[in-house]
Amino acid sequence: MPGLTYSAPTSVDDAVKLLAGSSGLAKVLSGGTDLLVQMRSGRLKPELIVDTKKIPGIMEIREEGGGFVIGAATPGAVVEAHAGMNKAWPGVVEALDLIGSTQVQGRCSLAGNLCNASPAADSVPALYAAAATAVIVGSKGRREVPVEQVPTAPGRTSLAKDEFILEFKLPPRPARSGDAYLRFIPRTEMDIAVVGCGISVTIDDKGVCTAARCSLGAVAPTVLLVKEMADALIGHTLDDATLAALDKAAQAACKPINDKRGTIEYRTKIAGVLARRVAKIAFDRASGKTVKAH
Amino acid sequence: MAKNYVSTIINGESAEFLCEPQQTLLDVLRDVIGLTGSKEGCASGDCGACSVLIDGTLVCSCLVLGVEAEGKSITTVEGIADGEKLHPVQQKFLEHAALQCGFCTPGLIVASKALLDANPNPTETEARYWLAGNLCRCTGYDKVIRAVMDAAAVMRGEAS
Repeated sequence: MPGLTYSAPTSVDDAVKLLAGSSGLAKVLSGGTDLLVQMRSGRLKPELIVDTKKIPGIMEIREEGGGFVIGAATPGAVVEAHAGMNKAWPGVVEALDLIGSTQVQGRCSLAGNLCNASPAADSVPALYAAAATAVIVGSKGRREVPVEQVPTAPGRTSLAKDEFILEFKLPPRPARSGDAYLRFIPRTEMDIAVVGCGISVTIDDKGVCTAARCSLGAVAPTVLLVKEMADALIGHTLDDATLAALDKAAQAACKPINDKRGTIEYRTKIAGVLARRVAKIAFDRASGKTVKAH
Repeated sequence: MAKNYVSTIINGESAEFLCEPQQTLLDVLRDVIGLTGSKEGCASGDCGACSVLIDGTLVCSCLVLGVEAEGKSITTVEGIADGEKLHPVQQKFLEHAALQCGFCTPGLIVASKALLDANPNPTETEARYWLAGNLCRCTGYDKVIRAVMDAAAVMRGEAS
């Protein structure tokens, strides 16, 4: 077995050079809560680990241009302690908070959750709904892409071998906006989503939805951004007819599998139920109410 | 295989060690340093028996590489007591018999201490959620929670 090399570069350029120069499998290490498990089980045998946590800014949150920039390796616990993020993006915060235990929260990151590319990743539907972008760095420079363009299949991303995510950008929040994320699990903590749903909305002073983004997790090979769900909300107040249309659009978007967590029929039904509940929380938050989702 | 040199602080004292890049912090603590208080239950971050603090943050040491300890301050269960004087969490685990086989206990002690450092007056629900990543096969958790709530009261000066 070839040896494993660990490197903790202190600049983006050095990190990119290391990744580009590796002849075998090179893995980027943020919190390691997926990577170390995959190495231990023998599923991944990297030749090089590039620990990005010593790159300046990659573990920090800053407010910029009315929005937020979250360093790719910022641990969940740091995001959850950030007052500005809790106020502007409670759905993103509560989704990230659902990943693993207190111990895992001390390490797990948005970049790791996105690039592990599990369809059941909890923070990812919330990021899709939030219209977050990922700033990706590599040998060819820097590019900024919508987060939904990163995962391509279970465990696969659109990042090139020499690329990694440096930070996420969350856009400025218009007045009367709210987001929320719920997942369904058969217990109350420490489980993987049977279905997850993230919704972000903006409403006018009469409660009519003027903008929406909706996403579903664990019902397809990747997390889905579902335009038809957003279309069911935009132009409407959240009355029974709107909720029914949203439920129908969510169910229609599902392409789930049968597995030990749920059947195709069950997941599809739950997606509709969750969408209704998440929309209510997002609309309540948009109207200025403080709602605890979990 | 080339070993990495790591300089760190463990339980308040400077420590240096050599480790292989794939060795976890848990492996290093137990097999290189000889601190066998932290336990390996699952090696996948699910059971919490290997819980330690890194710069005050609660983590599973099985999900941290030994090399990542460079420049950090690590607290293990061996560093919780003040010399011979037990930490209130340890004392209350004894008084409430919050353990049977004891395998999960080091992780629960470290995680409970971290809880009370972050939140001196937790509700029972908050304590249960905080400790959801520490699995115990013996106690059914009830005695653990009683011990933690009692220790919190002691640390707030409301009980002895």
